[in-house]
Amino acid sequence: MTLLDIQALSVAFPTRRQTFVAVDNADLNVEPGEIHGLVGESGAGKSTIGAAVMGLLERPGRITDGTISLQGDAISGLDRAAMQALRGQRISMIFQDPLTSLNPLFTVREQLTETISTHLDVTDAEANQRAIDLLTRVGIPEPELRIDQYPHQFSGGMRQRVVIALALCSEPEVIIADEPTTALDVSIQAQILDLIKELARERQVGVILITHDMGVIADTTDRVTVMYQGEVVESGPTAQVMGDPKHEYTQSLIAAVPRPTVKMHRFPQVSYGGRETAFAIEDLARNWDKPQVDRAKPLYQIEGLTKRFLKKGSLIPSQRQFMTAVDRVSFDVMQGEVFGIVGESGSGKSTIARMIAGLYRSDGGSIRFDGQETHTLGDDYRRQIQMIFQDPYSSLNPRMRVDQIIAEPAKHHGILAGQALKDRVDELLDRVGLGKEAGLKFAHEFSGGQRQRISIARALATQPRFLICDEPTSALDVSIQAQILNILKDLQEHLNLTMLFISHDLPVVRQMCDRVMVMRNGQLVELQETEALFAKPQQPYTQELLSLMPRLDALKAAPSV
Amino acid sequence: MIRMQVWWQSDVMWSFRHSPVALGSFIVVAVLLLGAVFAPLIAPHDPFNPATLNLMNGFTAPGAPNAFTGETFILGTDDQGRDVFSTILYGMRISLFVGFAAVALGMLIGITAGLVAGYRGGWTETIIMRVADVQLTFPAILVAMLIFGIAKGFTPVEYRNEMAIWVLIIAIGLSDWVQFARVVRGATLVEKQKEYVQAAQLIGRSGFAIMLRHILPNVMSPVLVIATISLALAIIAEATLSFLGVGAPPTQPSLGTLIRIGQGFLFSGEWWILFFPACTLLALALSVNLLGDWLRDALNPKLR
Amino acid sequence: MGGRLLNYIIRRVFQSVLVLLVVGLVAFSMFRFVGDPVDNMLGQERTDADIERLRAVLGLDQPFPVQYWKFLQGAIDGNFGVSYRQGRPVSEIIVERLPATLELAMVSGFLAIMVGIILGVYTAIRRDGWGSNVIMTVSLIGVSLPTFLIGILLIYLFSVELDLLPSFGRGEVTHLGWWSTGLLTASGLKAIILPAITLGLYQMTLIMRLVRAEMLEVLRQDYVRFARARGLSERVVNFRHALKNTLVPVITVTGLQLGSIIAFAIITETVFQWPGVGLLFINAIQFVDIPVMAAYLMLISVMFVGINLAVDLLYVAIDPRLRGEAS
Repeated sequence: MTLLDIQALSVAFPTRRQTFVAVDNADLNVEPGEIHGLVGESGAGKSTIGAAVMGLLERPGRITDGTISLQGDAISGLDRAAMQALRGQRISMIFQDPLTSLNPLFTVREQLTETISTHLDVTDAEANQRAIDLLTRVGIPEPELRIDQYPHQFSGGMRQRVVIALALCSEPEVIIADEPTTALDVSIQAQILDLIKELARERQVGVILITHDMGVIADTTDRVTVMYQGEVVESGPTAQVMGDPKHEYTQSLIAAVPRPTVKMHRFPQVSYGGRETAFAIEDLARNWDKPQVDRAKPLYQIEGLTKRFLKKGSLIPSQRQFMTAVDRVSFDVMQGEVFGIVGESGSGKSTIARMIAGLYRSDGGSIRFDGQETHTLGDDYRRQIQMIFQDPYSSLNPRMRVDQIIAEPAKHHGILAGQALKDRVDELLDRVGLGKEAGLKFAHEFSGGQRQRISIARALATQPRFLICDEPTSALDVSIQAQILNILKDLQEHLNLTMLFISHDLPVVRQMCDRVMVMRNGQLVELQETEALFAKPQQPYTQELLSLMPRLDALKAAPSV
Repeated sequence: MIRMQVWWQSDVMWSFRHSPVALGSFIVVAVLLLGAVFAPLIAPHDPFNPATLNLMNGFTAPGAPNAFTGETFILGTDDQGRDVFSTILYGMRISLFVGFAAVALGMLIGITAGLVAGYRGGWTETIIMRVADVQLTFPAILVAMLIFGIAKGFTPVEYRNEMAIWVLIIAIGLSDWVQFARVVRGATLVEKQKEYVQAAQLIGRSGFAIMLRHILPNVMSPVLVIATISLALAIIAEATLSFLGVGAPPTQPSLGTLIRIGQGFLFSGEWWILFFPACTLLALALSVNLLGDWLRDALNPKLR
Repeated sequence: MGGRLLNYIIRRVFQSVLVLLVVGLVAFSMFRFVGDPVDNMLGQERTDADIERLRAVLGLDQPFPVQYWKFLQGAIDGNFGVSYRQGRPVSEIIVERLPATLELAMVSGFLAIMVGIILGVYTAIRRDGWGSNVIMTVSLIGVSLPTFLIGILLIYLFSVELDLLPSFGRGEVTHLGWWSTGLLTASGLKAIILPAITLGLYQMTLIMRLVRAEMLEVLRQDYVRFARARGLSERVVNFRHALKNTLVPVITVTGLQLGSIIAFAIITETVFQWPGVGLLFINAIQFVDIPVMAAYLMLISVMFVGINLAVDLLYVAIDPRLRGEAS
């Protein structure tokens, strides 16, 4: 018998203007010991399915049609008490962010024994023993000691292990894992996914693994269901769906995933749903005052760059404690190249970018631009550099009109004014494929990809020589990521831009950069030509990072563009 | 035109049009506000012109003709024969003027302090927020009384009555800036982390321009909510101070002063001298509070 | 661990002393610079000799540092000089009146916290029930009704119309050493009912609305959703997980509210002619009786700072993150 069987499930969120159908007629089933991947881009409805199974839909959402059965018994439509008896007992859930899913005011022991006693008829001593066993099982060292600690005393990866232990308290039959590794670094991510795999096999638990990450799907799941805008478009064994996708959407989605193994000239774009808008690079390049570049000459010379942040303030200078975010890093950025910096969170990569951009003041070392110290250059320097930020939702001022946002840099530097400025803004909006009418709207009226295009238009308004891209696509869906990365490549080639590209995503770095610098804990680990780095990493840390990249061999080979 | 339509269709306006409580309290506030502004045109008598007063009219019950003069007063008269309806209209003028001016003062100081503390950080922030913390330890009404007491000590006796209204405004305004400062600082700390602020810093805009052009518009929603609630609090604070005799003088009676006067007559049967000013004060404070409550929910979709 | 906690406590105590010094400076400046008490005390018909004599009696003829030193010395000994208005030592007047205010504040503070937390939790858990809606609407009226109006209303109802409870004063008091209490006699108990309700009502509505808002915020957190997803009962989720997290911010504000109660007692004491320090203070303001004002200011700052310190320590007891045991 199928363990969990979802049939023709529809979930709707009635709102004031219309009813939003989050899930439309979706089928899904899970067998014991199986990991079933549920993949899709934002808004696909994958998390909503998880919440519907748990009976934890946020108001005003409700199941409008279909059935969910567990071991053949319908569980959709159960009353509150019956659903509560089921939750934790037979179905458990793992949330995305381990930092917020544990109650900060209770020790791990309290949270574990409380959950165990709720579901199992055990004495306190037995509950305690079981709690320690569970912590041992999820790989927490010294469980007897750590069980009496509070969640804030655990690291992110360890916390997610505690969350998993909590989900296992009563031997559930089904676990729903909603993006369980998205908030974690790659190295930790691999460990947590391995743990989930082991547990599924060992305890014959059926797992629904909800994710947006094709690499996680390919590495972890047995079967996969692909969703697009609330509908299931394709379902089947992972190898089959990844290797030979039938549906047009799945095909274009898989094609758009950056490959770690080969360097492509351009990313294949997702054509499904007609979301593509042209970017008129040739028109833009025609009116561009292109700087001369000599690839043998450095644009930036950075030496011994250091940044410390105050960790604990004090009136007495000697009592202050600092955290060294960037520790004596030296490198050059050549004219016209794309220079990549990779590293995990806390490695100092963004801090370097912000010091180059003049947003942070360095605590040591020098940054020379065209041979001159940047802090002596002032506005003249600022006009030549621009930045594309990570979060398309927070990088545009929500209270300013789009044309005001794009005009601000050029206006501030006094490059253009009046009608000329207006014309320039209109032209840029046309060129990035939004059309000049877009200038009269506010940023919230656009999607993430469109907002990133607005950011690009703003960056181009002063005709910069140097562009800093700080994780420019990490908040975007994979299909949009492909568009934006292609645009950045076009810009760099046609406009002779020099680019600093910061990312934690190795496959993306391989596609984008000429040279790559690997960082860890504020220190430079390795600096190499991109192809050399991926082919022959010299340092153990780089080798480890590369080995953790998802193996996307199972994915259908990308069409060459 | 299109902007107007967008505004009318926006979620906040939609929630306003579909909330009977919000609509009702808006109408009450609007009517009271108009009554206060146009008091000289509406009021049947000028309660501050002794020439129009007739002591014979004293203690006339509402709606009933006076036993001596036969004149009828819709809400009755007080001991000196002043028309209660007219004194309420003029009293509201004082109450509302003090309320609005005090909130404006508190807002100005609070927003400035909050923006600077949140954006600059460091020692500036420590000093501003420490001062705010210390002041917060002391309840606003007490701070207002102290400021009133100190200011009274500074003003020469003969000017005290004239200055009383302004002293009140300063006292109440200085007592509630902390609310604004805390909220604006909190919101500024959040906004400062957002990348649009860094984008503005990147092109070299000054701190002043970033605070004013970029951050301020984005922290205004919570400020609006606090301002509304502060208005109700300021009106109540003014009434309380005046009731305690440390506020508006009897020559310029606010609603609080009227209640103070009326309190003496409540137990001897002339209930209307207290009752109608009290009802007006309650209606005013309640409607403003209801509006603030609605606004907070409407601007914070999480709460829905 | 113990070191950091001790460090934290020492820092808080240090800050408290700093606050007291600042308030002391304000109080002294008031003393020294605000108005001319001689003007206030003597009125229009005065002679130069009168003025001179009074200035000497009040110590106003001495140089600034001497007055400052005297003030500091006095403040530590609890000596704030002589009331301009009553001509008696301020400390004597205050000691005489303090028990009345403290008794009133404690009774109404207890009332406000208990009822406020219970109603706040109730309205947060049953947030769409009709009971919550009624309570929320009534509470808004409570916030909009100035304290003095509530007092007048209660007096009118229970004293004038029903003639059940006294409308002014403390009733019969018992003396226990220097402390006088009204809680041991029937008439004293009857007398405290109306003032306590008047004083507590506003604080109660504030605490209730705060608890409700915080609780709703906490109920939206991931760890509450995760607790639900683990199948814990609503009772455990609401009263164990949510309530404890709600209490952390509530404690701070409640501490401030306790301070407010002592200050708001001024209004209640005026309405009910309750013979406490609040009534003393309001009279002092009207007559610009600076020594009384300064003493009152110092007295309640000590109380506020004490309450705040207690609140901070309670905070540490509840929130393990403040105990600073990092991994």
